[in-house]
Amino acid sequence: MCLGIPGKILQSFDANGLRMGRVEFGGIVRDACLAYTPEAMVGDYVVVHVGFAISRINAEEAARTYKLLEEMGQLSELEVGGTDGRQSSPQSAVGGKTDEIS
Amino acid sequence: MKYLDEYRDEQVAGNIIGEIRRILTRPWVIMEVCGGQTHSIVKYGIDRLLPQGLELVHGPGCPVCVTSLELIDKAHAIASRPEVIFCSFGDMLRVPGSHDDLLTLKSRGADVRVVYSPLDCLKIARGHAERKVVFFAVGFETTAPANAMAVWRAAQEGIANFSVLVSHVLVPPALGAILQSPRNRVQAFLGPGHVCAVMGYEEYEMICAQYKVPIVVTGFEPLDILEGTLCAVRQLEAGRAEVENQYARAVSRKGNPPARELVMKVFEVCDRKWRGVGGIAQSGYKLRKEFCQHDAELLFQVQEIQTQEPSICISGEILRGIKKPHDCPAFATECSPQHPLGATMVSAEGACAAYYAYGRHGEISPAHPGRGTGAPGGVAQ
Repeated sequence: MCLGIPGKILQSFDANGLRMGRVEFGGIVRDACLAYTPEAMVGDYVVVHVGFAISRINAEEAARTYKLLEEMGQLSELEVGGTDGRQSSPQSAVGGKTDEIS
Repeated sequence: MKYLDEYRDEQVAGNIIGEIRRILTRPWVIMEVCGGQTHSIVKYGIDRLLPQGLELVHGPGCPVCVTSLELIDKAHAIASRPEVIFCSFGDMLRVPGSHDDLLTLKSRGADVRVVYSPLDCLKIARGHAERKVVFFAVGFETTAPANAMAVWRAAQEGIANFSVLVSHVLVPPALGAILQSPRNRVQAFLGPGHVCAVMGYEEYEMICAQYKVPIVVTGFEPLDILEGTLCAVRQLEAGRAEVENQYARAVSRKGNPPARELVMKVFEVCDRKWRGVGGIAQSGYKLRKEFCQHDAELLFQVQEIQTQEPSICISGEILRGIKKPHDCPAFATECSPQHPLGATMVSAEGACAAYYAYGRHGEISPAHPGRGTGAPGGVAQ
């Protein structure tokens, strides 16, 4: 019950006044209630939990933070080469802050 | 699957682990709050990839585990009635009460049904006007919007034969209870990503400020957990205590306002008893008075059922991060998923069940005698 799974909205429809959607999870399609994610459109990904979309996945945020993680290895190697390799990063690489590993 | 597969990338995981190794200078204890996170950690062996000295302890965030024995007994009393169709999420069916579990009751003729969404119960109720349909509304803040919607719709549509047995629990008061314990070992939290997707994380900022602990709102995939751990270690090493949002692709500071609004229309905060832990003030939801016609506890008059929990099980200490599953002499001997003695073995997301499922039976518990926040050294590179 705790697991929320990201799925892609294939279509949305009205069921007795409730906004519902057909949502695809890796080939499996199920109905989910979209009442709590009015901003989510067909083609968007939502986190679905017990049949309810609780959050629209922010694609830009996902891409940005993932890129930082991918780059972390290269940056760490560069830094280890240039310093004693144990200096703490003063800022987070994620979570809305823009500085990478310094 | 998009937003799952890429967060399991080995190369990127190596990058993050390398960075954790690089900045770690002393031992730290970090608690992941959610059962889903615990499951990922044990499944992928994330705790074994971390440098020695950095310990992950498993938190109370498994609703199946912490639903009190008393409420399970109440559920069983209701489900046994002939006029009742008792609906539940599948993972509650094997949870043992004082005498039975729901599956056993079903085998004896009780009408127990597994539903995917609470809305399914409304369909069943519409189709069986002569029966009483009861939904076992368990869960943290994540399931509350779904359960609130079912009750709200039932009230709007006048579905009088639908009621809920509410057993909602809330994360922030549990974190407070952990931090207030004189035996607390937790120095930072990986916060519950999906709970925060609903509720936001303003409440967690208050916990950070009050107890001076870092909280990193964290997702559920291996890279999420590693990155959350890295953020927590950075804060600990720098002496900071803030809320950071690792799971920004799904979580915003305010959470999901329409969901929060309906939850607060239907539910109000109440004291709640947690299995293995005991009572925690203001740590649950109950139905508001306006919805009392949908309150199964009142309708079936089971408020008086009171149950004492057995004392053999150490799940209370596991849920608070004081002990690990293999510290328990009953682990994988008297206690197993087939015959669980307590909270953390009853659900697949419980720490004991996860250790059992991923073959950690013979593992020796890492003892850390005398270790404190300021203890020097001990970090392997």
